[in-house]
Amino acid sequence: MGPNVIANDSVVVADPRGARRLPGATALRSLARDPLALLGLAILVGAAFVAAFADLIAPGDPLDMAGIPLQWPGDDPAHVLGTDSLGRDVFSGLVHGTRASLMIGLSAAGVSLALGVLVGAIAGYFGGRADSALLRLTELFQTVPAFLLVIVLVAINTPTIGVIQLAIGLASWPEIARLVRSEFRLLRDSDFVLAARAAGFSSAHIVVREVLPNALPPLIVTTSILVASAILTESGLSFLGMSDPNVVSWGGMIGGNREHIGSAWFLTALPGAAIAIVVLAFNLLGDGLNDALNPRLRRRPS
Amino acid sequence: MDLPIVATDSAPAVARPPGRFMPAVRRTLRQAIPTVLGILVLNFALLQMVPGDVVDVMAGESGGATMESMRALREQFGLAGSIGERLVAYLGNLATLDLGVSPRYNAPVAELILDRLPNTLFLVVSGLAVAIVVGVLVGVAMATWAGRLPDRALSLVNLLLYATPGFCIGLMLILLFSVKLGWLPANGHATIGVTLAGGDWLLDRLRYALLPIVTLATFFIAVYGRLTRAAMLEVRQQDFVRTARAKGLAPSRVMFRHVLRNALMPITTMAGLHFAALFGGAAVTETLFGWPGLGRLTLDAVMTRDFNLLLGILLLSSLLVVVVNMLVDLLQLWLDPRIQAR
Repeated sequence: MGPNVIANDSVVVADPRGARRLPGATALRSLARDPLALLGLAILVGAAFVAAFADLIAPGDPLDMAGIPLQWPGDDPAHVLGTDSLGRDVFSGLVHGTRASLMIGLSAAGVSLALGVLVGAIAGYFGGRADSALLRLTELFQTVPAFLLVIVLVAINTPTIGVIQLAIGLASWPEIARLVRSEFRLLRDSDFVLAARAAGFSSAHIVVREVLPNALPPLIVTTSILVASAILTESGLSFLGMSDPNVVSWGGMIGGNREHIGSAWFLTALPGAAIAIVVLAFNLLGDGLNDALNPRLRRRPS
Repeated sequence: MDLPIVATDSAPAVARPPGRFMPAVRRTLRQAIPTVLGILVLNFALLQMVPGDVVDVMAGESGGATMESMRALREQFGLAGSIGERLVAYLGNLATLDLGVSPRYNAPVAELILDRLPNTLFLVVSGLAVAIVVGVLVGVAMATWAGRLPDRALSLVNLLLYATPGFCIGLMLILLFSVKLGWLPANGHATIGVTLAGGDWLLDRLRYALLPIVTLATFFIAVYGRLTRAAMLEVRQQDFVRTARAKGLAPSRVMFRHVLRNALMPITTMAGLHFAALFGGAAVTETLFGWPGLGRLTLDAVMTRDFNLLLGILLLSSLLVVVVNMLVDLLQLWLDPRIQAR
């Protein structure tokens, strides 16, 4: 993988053709031409809007009994998308569930990004003994089935949103660490790093200001996929009933009503579609970013 | 990423130097032992941090117990003493392949696990096999018609499968095949109360297994579809493919013997990693279909704070992952004769 080298001390870089432009401008323009990536972005902006204004869009506690249980969508104009087996409004649950899904997805990815970059950067940049020790640690975490680890971590604590975020993050950082490590190994011997070293910059400065920005493109792509899979993991967890009992979540809505699959399948289909749409959006954005940030792929047909 | 190139026209490709496989096995074992020990210590420490143990849960359920009887129970199940003492005792027992006793089930942990393991292994291995076969076929189809209508349509289906949670697809399958059509059972792993033999037994088992296997496989069908498509497009552009075409080989032969074989390398690597993911994901599928496997045993062990059992399950699943990764290494040695055991 040939990372495109972006100089980073100054914000503006010299373009090979002589023009001066912001780093990433080409990538942004290429992203703006990708209809699927834009669709993903639009869905995510919409979801973020719904999450931010959930209390205005669907006022009231989504966990309160709001009407007669198990009404189909359209039965009662007060409950557009029907009610579940405990009489809770499905529309309200979907709206408020957006918040839990996005929050857990993003911050779990944040946790694993922080851990993975830290471990991967140290291992890849310094090499040697630190590298082999950290590689062992990474392998150790990759050998335990991640979902089992998440279950154990959540179960031994009380299932709050914070614990779930931390658990998913703790189980998914090895992928990031491996990626960052291999990027850093490629970059640490490149000319601009040697130049920075010769200029007397500290290792911390070189890692954070010189190497990391150049390792960003694949990292950005992987992060969007990571958010998607964190959301899927969270939905599986709350399907098993291991979610914060005070927070409504899409997976929990499906898990709590699965006995009624025969008579009220919309209770599975609606939250399921919500999960699928948000996860799809992150994946579309990730694919678009991959095409935009990887110049080698951009030249290629199909 | 530069894909290794293996041309495979002459039937026996390259004469392999003897003993390429044993060094790989030895290397894996050498690396695996510290990993497994590390996992053991990590899990042990993790579970010690938990407030409350199985004796607390049991005392709570029976409505109360005296301090003396609880202490006696802890002694009996090896829960007394400091963390260090217990770890040493556990490792000592492990050296004799003794995983301890589950207080909950009042049975040896090894027995409980081995009782459930075949069910989960069957589910995971069949799920992975279905995912690889279907996924690779879908990927080949997408790569063959890249950019045209079949590719677009399959890509769309693929994206949807990739984004929908497995349990959701599973519930919809139950709705269609069990509730509406009544073709397949939705709960359990065999018909209860009848003794079947031979073909009937197999058919019965398959009827129960079909929906869980498909549910487990869907996500990974999408994964392998994507992966195969990308790998084949990458390989297809390389010179040896043009050579194969130029010398007049049939397109299907080029596609399968040249392009696909080389594209399989990244797929086998991923399959090793996915085994762990499928093994963990089986917990959800098993809960959904009432399948008596390790996933549900794990959930039970977690809920009742049965840490002997939990530790045993985590240890065994990690060991399985190590073994699978070793098998993948061997498979790659076989697929690509140029790889040397490091």
